[in-house]
Amino acid sequence: MSRTPLDTVEHAAATPDVELPWAELGLKKDEYEKVVEILGRRPTGAELAMYSVMWSEHCSYKSSKVHLRQFGEKAPQSDALLVGIGENAGVVDVGQGYAVTFKVESHNHPSYVEPYQGAATGVGGIVRDIIAMGARPVAVVDPLRFGAADHPDTKRVLPGVVAGIGGYGNCLGLPNIGGEVVFDSCYQGNPLVNAGAIGVMRHEDIHLAKASGAGNKVILYGARTGGDGIGGASILASETFDDAKPSKRPAVQVGDPFQEKLLIECTLEAFQEKLVVGIQDLGAAGLSCATSELASNGSGGMRVTLDDVPLRDSTLSPEEILMSESQERMCAVVEPEKVDRFLEICAKWDVIATVIGEVTDGDRLEIYWHGGKIVDVDPRTVAHEGPVYERPYARPSWQDELQADDANKLPRPETSAELKDQVLKLVASPNQASKSWITSQYDHFVQGNTVLAQPEDSGMIRVDESTGLGVAIATDGNGRYTKLDPYAGAQLALAEAYRNVATTGAKPLAVSDCLNFGSPEDPAVMWQFAEAVRGLADACQQLGTPVTGGNVSLYNQTGEVAIHPTPVVAVLGVIDDVARRTPVAFQEEGQLLYLLGDTREEFGGSAWSQVVHDHLGGLPPAVDLERERLLAEILISASRDGMIDSAHDLSDGGLIQAVVESALLGGKGARLIVPDGLDAFTFLLSESAGRAVVAVPRSEEVRFNDMCGARGLPATRIGVVDGTVSDSNAVVDVQGEFTLTLDELREAHEGTIPALLA
Amino acid sequence: MTARIGVVTFPGSLDDRDTQRAIRLAGAEPVALWHKDKDLKQVDAVVLPGGFSYGDYLRAGAISRFSPVMETVIEQAKAGLPVLGICNGFQILTEAHLLPGGMLGNDHLHFICRDQKLRVENAETCWTSDYTAGQEISIPLKNMDGRYVADQYTLDKLEAEGRVAFRYLARGEAADGYGNPNGSLNDIAGITNEAGNVVGLMPHPEHAVEPLVGTGRTDGLPFFTSILKKLVNV
Repeated sequence: MSRTPLDTVEHAAATPDVELPWAELGLKKDEYEKVVEILGRRPTGAELAMYSVMWSEHCSYKSSKVHLRQFGEKAPQSDALLVGIGENAGVVDVGQGYAVTFKVESHNHPSYVEPYQGAATGVGGIVRDIIAMGARPVAVVDPLRFGAADHPDTKRVLPGVVAGIGGYGNCLGLPNIGGEVVFDSCYQGNPLVNAGAIGVMRHEDIHLAKASGAGNKVILYGARTGGDGIGGASILASETFDDAKPSKRPAVQVGDPFQEKLLIECTLEAFQEKLVVGIQDLGAAGLSCATSELASNGSGGMRVTLDDVPLRDSTLSPEEILMSESQERMCAVVEPEKVDRFLEICAKWDVIATVIGEVTDGDRLEIYWHGGKIVDVDPRTVAHEGPVYERPYARPSWQDELQADDANKLPRPETSAELKDQVLKLVASPNQASKSWITSQYDHFVQGNTVLAQPEDSGMIRVDESTGLGVAIATDGNGRYTKLDPYAGAQLALAEAYRNVATTGAKPLAVSDCLNFGSPEDPAVMWQFAEAVRGLADACQQLGTPVTGGNVSLYNQTGEVAIHPTPVVAVLGVIDDVARRTPVAFQEEGQLLYLLGDTREEFGGSAWSQVVHDHLGGLPPAVDLERERLLAEILISASRDGMIDSAHDLSDGGLIQAVVESALLGGKGARLIVPDGLDAFTFLLSESAGRAVVAVPRSEEVRFNDMCGARGLPATRIGVVDGTVSDSNAVVDVQGEFTLTLDELREAHEGTIPALLA
Repeated sequence: MTARIGVVTFPGSLDDRDTQRAIRLAGAEPVALWHKDKDLKQVDAVVLPGGFSYGDYLRAGAISRFSPVMETVIEQAKAGLPVLGICNGFQILTEAHLLPGGMLGNDHLHFICRDQKLRVENAETCWTSDYTAGQEISIPLKNMDGRYVADQYTLDKLEAEGRVAFRYLARGEAADGYGNPNGSLNDIAGITNEAGNVVGLMPHPEHAVEPLVGTGRTDGLPFFTSILKKLVNV
């Protein structure tokens, strides 16, 4: 586009025939025509930049919106919800005057291109969302998915991603308390790098992204604006990487965690002095997003002088400044008489802060450059009234065949020796193996409030030192289950995260999700998406846990092949007193092991079917949400009343996986007896949902059994914490089947990941 | 009246508030100090906390060492003010030449966070008198640049004068927190100056002061009770 003369609004009106590169900026023809229709003229270059980036899939949710509405329509009544979907992050009441904000987002595509910076800036972005709500960030979690563990490219992507998450999060002083690491060849060209964060504030400190009050100043503060990540939002997230076309991949943004740490501290200090009317972080779509969202959510308009934006690169064009995704920047709306104090606080923290505009009493967003008006738009049309697509969707033709390929019919181990071998193979497989090589690269102690961190079932943070109030968070998602049945798979993801929170003794309150799928232009993928959203919305309604926000990541595919549909669900819970939390590790020999819930022959999508048979087929485990709720209530009551000393949820890998983890973490063995009515294989390896294994002190057995009996939860005694042959050589023993020493199990379970990646 | 112990916040300090909590739990009064302020507010001792001051973008501690507050800390430390440097604080103390040697990147090139087994080698400093010499403790370690190095002369001198305050325990399983975690020479985790008022170490005692959080141990608390007793008895 020509910038001589400057492409002002007047110039655009006078030169209707100038061709603009709308297609190169990712807009479809009809979308461009809609922009022209809204404006009543052709857009200026700057306006086109804004519309293109804000109407991208990543920012506008144009393909997913029609489905996501269900989260609002089916939202359960919840007194806990203070701020719902649509803000930077949802906010939940956790009692005692505290509010907690949390959210999960994706940074998938950038992390494949540039693993370290992609993952690092993913952490940075989610943390700014949390600060923008008025909260002090207190923890992060990272659900990650990579290609096959032994694929050479995984060795490029994974260490970079892990180092990036650690490098950024550790430097910010945020404990990393949870998440997942999953390997599957379906993620080979599309690793999923999701990042979640939690923040804590007092109720009265909640802030929103809106610009109100004519005359109030708009202050841009934080890092200078540079050329990194220009167009990232619209181009990276909208198209697959096509080797044949000339690359238009822009640079992935570069993170500066030190700058972000200063941004956290100076923002919180400004909040504390009540200097801020509205606030928005700059993430995807940079200033285009921040200015249009602030203006459209507020009561007035906004005038911005782009010349005042501090630049890292003085050659940037106004379009580039508007699209830049330079990290560590925020935008605050401040009353004129408080501007000096705000700038003073920024100076104290050596943070650059500049007044770049003000709130007007009109309803237009006007942006000036070199004295000319280069943007004059209704901000709502940019931020909220983008295109909405009802993409066609259809159940794929292969779905029936996939479900008919029943995993329950796979050959099972015929002898005890074979069963033992398969168990050992399973606990050593990359997905089931210990991830401590990864998690030991994250600081989980900083801030001094970490009660539980990975590999516990959920991370737990103390919120109030005097009362012991705390919050717990777990993230889960199983792409294999979801591939077999998207509706059930999404519900199973929620059920598992819900169960994980309850297993530690916390009461599940609310949900955030990160929905990772392939191309919405493929009706089969769109069907998976529609089914998963419907399943998740239905399940949230039934469990009483509203979705407070989240993120959709589409176009996760290589060529025609999409990833497994992978909804990652985060559940936040509250616990009155963190002293009551239940850990995974076995605590004391002699305690009785109880299996809670029903075990059926359910192997579809199981870890066993993958590890032993490299198989994916059949149906995922049956979902029973009422049972999940009952199980959660029992786990929470048992924790509160001191009836259990350890607990572990059962999920992928089944009972034996859970027992081995509890044994290794506690350094104590277990002696198991196969209950009547079950064969050893099903007992150990089935992945039936709605189950947990708990260790009950002998003195509590009667009381615990009475409670389960009275409330109708099946509780089966399956053994004891014990297995000690000699002091140094504890075992996991399955009576009549096999015995494995903790040394053997530790070598299998803990050796795999370092051998592959170190 | 109890002792007042200052905790300096540099830009990028992360464990400043945790350290204040540890000081409070030990029964002393924490006092926040600011890097741009030369005034130590008449505190009885100073802790330089962990973190990534200035992002560690240059050598860790190399910029903070020139902060206005450090001018006073250096001057008073030489006059006997008790100073403890934890992790980044230790790095700042070596950059300020209050302690000899320096820290390089971990030999495995990764950030490492784990509960680390240490042996208290010197229980006669201001900050370690509540331990006994030879005592084995376990406190969290978390750093990127924790590999202690010094020339042979300095190492010999430190050893000869008993100034190695803490050593990583080499025996046992890595999974249980044993072993030298970063390639530090002589397994050195922390050292003291000749007078015993300035101590620096890489592991984080402030993260091991409550049974409920962190590692669930309180092996780090004696750092803070040591200095409290020393100051109150004076």
